[in-house]
Amino acid sequence: MTTAVLRPHAEEAFAEELAALAAADDRPRPARWNLSPWAVATYLLGGELPDGTVITPKYVGPRRIVEVAVTTLATDRALLLLGVPGTAKTWVSEHLAAAVAGDSTLLVQGTAGTAEEAIRYGWNYAQLLAHGPSRDALVPSPVMRAMGEGRIARIEELTRIPADVQDALITVLSEKTLPVPELNEEVQAVRGFNVIATANDRDRGVNELSSALRRRFNTVVLPLPAGVEEEVDIVARRVEQIGRSLDLPEAPRGAEEIRRVVTVFRELRDGVTADGRTKVKSPSGTLSTAEAISVVTNGLALAAHFGDGVLRPSDVAAGILGAVVRDPAADRVVFNEYLETVVRERDGWKDFYRACREVAH
Amino acid sequence: MGGEQQADVALLGVRHHGPGSARAVLAALEQVKPEVLLVEGPPEADALVRLAAHEDMRPPVALLAHVVTTTRPSAAADGGAGGGAAGRAAFWPFAEFSPEWVAVRWAVERDVPVRFIDLPAAHSLAADPEGEREEQEEGAEGTQGEGDGAPERREARVDPIAVLARAAGHDDPERWWEDVVEHRLDHDGDALAPFAALAEAMAALRERCGDGAHGGTGPRSDAVREAHMRLRVRDARRAYDRVAVVCGAWHVPALADRVPVGADRQLLKGLPKVKVGMTWVPWTHRRLGHWSGYGAGIESPGWYRHLFTSPDRPLVRWMTRVAGLLREEDRPVSSAHVIEAVRLADTLAAVRGRPLPGLGEATDAVRAVMCEGSDVPLALVHDRMVVGDDIGEVPDEAPAVPLHQDLTRLQRTLRLKPEAHERELDLDLRKDTDAARSRLLHRLRLLGVPWGEPTASRTGSTGTFRESWRLSWEPELAVRVAEAGVWGTTVLAAASAYAEDRAERASGLAGATALAEQCLLAGLPDALPAVMRAVADRAALDADVGHLARALPALVRSARYGDVRGTDTTALRRVAEGLAERIRVGLPPACTGLDADGAAQMRGHLDDAHAALSLLAPARDPLRERWADTLRTLAGREDPSVVPGLLRGRAARILLDDDRLTADDTARLMGLALSAAAPPADAAAWIEGFLAGGGMLLVHDERLLPLLDGWLASVPAHAFTDVLPLLRRTFAGLDPGVRRTVGELARRLAGGGTAGASAGTGGTGVPGFADLPDPERAEAVLPVLRLLLGRAPATPAAPQDHPTHPERTAG
Repeated sequence: MTTAVLRPHAEEAFAEELAALAAADDRPRPARWNLSPWAVATYLLGGELPDGTVITPKYVGPRRIVEVAVTTLATDRALLLLGVPGTAKTWVSEHLAAAVAGDSTLLVQGTAGTAEEAIRYGWNYAQLLAHGPSRDALVPSPVMRAMGEGRIARIEELTRIPADVQDALITVLSEKTLPVPELNEEVQAVRGFNVIATANDRDRGVNELSSALRRRFNTVVLPLPAGVEEEVDIVARRVEQIGRSLDLPEAPRGAEEIRRVVTVFRELRDGVTADGRTKVKSPSGTLSTAEAISVVTNGLALAAHFGDGVLRPSDVAAGILGAVVRDPAADRVVFNEYLETVVRERDGWKDFYRACREVAH
Repeated sequence: MGGEQQADVALLGVRHHGPGSARAVLAALEQVKPEVLLVEGPPEADALVRLAAHEDMRPPVALLAHVVTTTRPSAAADGGAGGGAAGRAAFWPFAEFSPEWVAVRWAVERDVPVRFIDLPAAHSLAADPEGEREEQEEGAEGTQGEGDGAPERREARVDPIAVLARAAGHDDPERWWEDVVEHRLDHDGDALAPFAALAEAMAALRERCGDGAHGGTGPRSDAVREAHMRLRVRDARRAYDRVAVVCGAWHVPALADRVPVGADRQLLKGLPKVKVGMTWVPWTHRRLGHWSGYGAGIESPGWYRHLFTSPDRPLVRWMTRVAGLLREEDRPVSSAHVIEAVRLADTLAAVRGRPLPGLGEATDAVRAVMCEGSDVPLALVHDRMVVGDDIGEVPDEAPAVPLHQDLTRLQRTLRLKPEAHERELDLDLRKDTDAARSRLLHRLRLLGVPWGEPTASRTGSTGTFRESWRLSWEPELAVRVAEAGVWGTTVLAAASAYAEDRAERASGLAGATALAEQCLLAGLPDALPAVMRAVADRAALDADVGHLARALPALVRSARYGDVRGTDTTALRRVAEGLAERIRVGLPPACTGLDADGAAQMRGHLDDAHAALSLLAPARDPLRERWADTLRTLAGREDPSVVPGLLRGRAARILLDDDRLTADDTARLMGLALSAAAPPADAAAWIEGFLAGGGMLLVHDERLLPLLDGWLASVPAHAFTDVLPLLRRTFAGLDPGVRRTVGELARRLAGGGTAGASAGTGGTGVPGFADLPDPERAEAVLPVLRLLLGRAPATPAAPQDHPTHPERTAG
């Protein structure tokens, strides 16, 4: 069946790696874990096993972060992955669940309309009416099922869930139990149960977690890529993948432009030039890696359909401006200042400067 | 080491500032009970060692060795620059948890003699013939002490700990050392066993890397230093039965080696020498943490202190302290948080395969549990606890700090006696001595030693080469000097270091630029790069064009002033140009949506910036071209609700004065600004901006005045009262002569207009007016004449009632 689906789950796509890791893993495993914490970290960060199996890296970033995340799951604290959009929160959460529990499908997608049933349980009303309240009439939520089976439940975009619904998690996380008053029983979490939640940094305040709930989580912030090379690599790889699926023609000499886009994004984001010598103001936008990817993809499409097929500064200039200038007044000044004080004097950036000026003025 | 080392010499190899080493050393000393203690350090400090047990002595402190010079530079041992030699110094810092400190305290308290056995500072501070500058830098930052555990020039030398750590598969030498030494040493039965193991590892390492790999060349090289140490150890063995040596682990194999005495003596022959003074100075944890000033390169003195001082359960105590700190900062941290953080740190250590949680685990746990993943509160924890605020204290008996000596020397050479009663001092900066005095006073002022206060010049001279000071030496200034001693050993070095530090902490752009000016006055070229960097950084982050525009003139002045003094001002210019660029980019948006007051303020900034730019760049410089473009944009904005008329008029005028606006364009802009669609008040403001700084052009361009005149005539009656004060103010600002001429022209214009014919030619249109050279007399006549004309039946009444006369509106 995996051949037909558009995107297989992590535990299916990487079944071989997981099996090889399990075979090679001789370290102690927490209850109901498929792998030891060390093996989970290796699964995410990549490596080579003694038998020669190569584990591909799933997450490119600091080892420390993955270790803290895995360790958190090994204690009974829940894990909250924070980060700006495009920092692979969901990706990490899926792979963590796949490696720890072999199942990444116990998922609650948080939205403004997420109801308490999605976190606790609902009812099959036909059953309820026919037979009255009974275990058969109960529709367990992914969280409830994870508790019963000792697996990992995932909650996406926790801060988008209304505050009163969020609070349904408190009992689950602190008492590790889910009472079902209608049946006068409860579901107690089996060892191995834990929760991975993701939330968007920029959304803080949409439905801020109550401090009671927050206290139940260990928070790990997923950073934006640390180095230029790392980010150029991520962008180039993703752009290639996307380009292929959109049937865009291959763009020669694109690497230079990608590097430029990444550099601009990084410099504006970090508020300092790559050589660390000059500070610049940061615009209000996120300027995540994901946005860099879309700017480049867009530029490629422009180059392919309206240009000469080569990714040129003019193809990305408008995209960059769009990504940087979110607040028309303040961000425009920020961008112009950046152009005039940093880009103008940089060697080999003349074309780019001109292209940007054209769109920026 | 060589197996059966001499049973009577305990070689205790340590990692400088390692608390684990300190504890192990203490245990070893208790076991060996040596009769004499030898410590790696400058022998000149032997006389000062007693002070270590003084009740007023509180670590962190440092032994400071500094080159002593007499007033005449030539007296210094190294021929070269006397000032350079005087500034050269080295520091041997000791923290509470430094093994050397622990050992010295142990010995002093038990009346066991202590000897420092490293190469004397007299040699190590003697200038390298080729590397004086480098030596100086090291000295200023306080190299030393280290020798081993830590190469001061990391990139160039092999770091033995790092090599061992890599061999063990650890990427971080700090953590490796923590794992195998700091966390384990004290669990062993025989207190000497770990030292033997370490010595073996070091021996293997030295074999692989070569003995000299770590120490460089010249008088400070390892070979020379170790030869000296060996000789001292030999001396001690002859005099005592039980000897203990505390030195960097790296040196242990060398000290255990049997080398003929003659060979060692040979190595030490003919070393250069300088006269050296030695004292204790207070030190800070922050400076211990600074990697370049720190031998063993640990970045967490506060953590190490905690490890060393906590009686038990260091992690739990640490977390509790962190929670306390965060609570003080109003972050809600409960005991549950502390529990969870400890658990996470423990589990992390297990996952990472470490024997005990270290600082890394503790920090990760604090971040994830107590700080909600944020690095902001974590930075506070790092600053206050991991590094720490501890400041050492030194008893009064310690010899005077070199800064004071340097000041005394300067006071003598410059013939400036410190006198308590107030006196005035006039300086002529063209004279060398006076210039040097001025620099000294400026430097002291910068250092917070206000011996002199600048006053207005008594001679009333406005020349930039004159300075007046009021001098008064208060006794407490001596205390200030002692306090400033932490910044350096000479007034110059201290002022430079202090200025750099202040630049880092400067809050606003104005503060940073003021500091730059001070640096130039005080002649501190070395501090200038750091200060300029601070200016550039503040400028980059300051979004207020007003701040930038206020800062620019001072900066440009500094650049020009520096030129006069012969300082290299390229950096200054670059920063000034960057600032100008930022003003240019930020100006158009900053000029929008301003009220009258805001516009007036912005006009001031505009003028300041323009004046500064004119000083900064020649007329056809690209910078000026771009500036003109911006002004053109500003002047060309037609919607008065966007950019106030005052600013548009001002921009137009600046462009015109700079010859970047043709007469046609000017007329067009004025026509637009004064068209019927523009609100009268805005048009009047435009005129104010345009005419500020001179109205001659109204006289010379015959198109402008009619435009103005026509507009004024068309102002509706109800708006006229609003416009009047503005115009009055504008025309009052004009030169009396210009005002008169304009008035005359206006009259002619008006007269001609009403007469309906050829008024515009020649100077004789109105009899008795045009050729009069004396304005006062003319004015005396004026009322009468007006009266006459007004009454004259031949002249219509219109010119009198109609307010077209600028001179009348201008009063």
